[in-house]
Amino acid sequence: MGSVLVRLRNPTRDIDMRGPMTVARLLNRLDLNRESVLVVRNRELVPGDALLADDDEVEIRPVISGGSA
Amino acid sequence: MKCTVCRGPAVIDLRRHNANFCAEHFLKFCRDQVERTIDDFDMFAPGDRVLVAVSGGKDSLAAWHILRHLGYDATGLYIGLGIGEYSDTSHRYVAAFAAEHDAPLITVDLRERYGYDIPGGARAARRTPCSACGLSKRHVFDEAAIEGAFDAVATGHNLDDEAAVLFGNVLHWHTEYLGRQSPVLAARDGFPRKVKPLVRLGEREMAAYCIVAGIDYIVDECPMARGNRHLHYKAALNDIEAASPGAKADFYFGFLRRAADRFDGEAEAGREQLGRCDTCGAPSPVERCAFCRLVERAGGAVPVNAPTLRGAK
Ligand code: SF4
Ligand SMILES: [Zn+2]
Ligand SMILES: [Zn+2]
Repeated sequence: MGSVLVRLRNPTRDIDMRGPMTVARLLNRLDLNRESVLVVRNRELVPGDALLADDDEVEIRPVISGGSA
Repeated sequence: MKCTVCRGPAVIDLRRHNANFCAEHFLKFCRDQVERTIDDFDMFAPGDRVLVAVSGGKDSLAAWHILRHLGYDATGLYIGLGIGEYSDTSHRYVAAFAAEHDAPLITVDLRERYGYDIPGGARAARRTPCSACGLSKRHVFDEAAIEGAFDAVATGHNLDDEAAVLFGNVLHWHTEYLGRQSPVLAARDGFPRKVKPLVRLGEREMAAYCIVAGIDYIVDECPMARGNRHLHYKAALNDIEAASPGAKADFYFGFLRRAADRFDGEAEAGREQLGRCDTCGAPSPVERCAFCRLVERAGGAVPVNAPTLRGAK
């Protein structure tokens, strides 16, 4: 069974989450404000309605200077 | 989710604008917003030489990229602050950007040029690192702009930065600061013209711009940034924005349009009479400016009779 590898920043750390799920659902589950972060996969932006599959690797990047995710 | 312009697959949704964009149209949207800001506020004109203060972070690198894309003559200015690994890494990002885009870059290293760095200088002068840093950056920006005869200094302050500062100033009724919130400050008394061309774009848009345009920037924060008091203002404003898209822009631009000029008098009254620093020639209310005092206390080389052209413009 795979899972979505999620990298959080400031400080950098990785967590595994059970997929599949949409980006919006991922942010909800992590209780993150959609204004404060972006989701990046393979150096590309992933929009809120995109589906994350098991074995995907995504980074949740804080966009607030001085902020963390 | 489809691009509002071309119906292709969108990469980002901007609720404030009720729009979604594909990569190409998102880049165009950001550049259009900056162009409009430059025009609306009469920041500078084609052919003017603009000095962009670059830190290696998303905002300043995006600002540099956009200005060059719009055809402006934009030179980067990077200041080596000597903050350990953070400074080494941020310098690498800036140098890589300059090389990749064949963009002119001026680098001023505080240790090399003035004999101190931010952590040591702050300790010696009993200032917080951010206060020593802010003072140093302002001095170096001004000096480089005047020395290089640039028409304006541009910084990467975005809508979230400006809305958060405004929020703090309103919350505490710092009326003299409310008179200085404009994204363009005219040159005066030997200070260069200062402009903030990104004020129509938020932090999320700036980070997205870098990712979509393939600009690598330093994501990790300066280790001295902890406890930045604007952070919780930004968080509070983002909570409001989530419930009411467009609130931040209404707050900031509404203030500029409808209220800012009411505070001109207080800003003017709070302005100190400026002479010249005996040591470096910079505009200063006292004989030796705060920057030269910092350099002296930090044990560095005081820039005696530095060959500046202050006031020549
Ligand atoms: S966080 Fe403070 S010390 Fe670090 S770069 Fe910003 S102003 Fe300077
Ligand atoms: Zn499009
Ligand atoms: Zn001085």
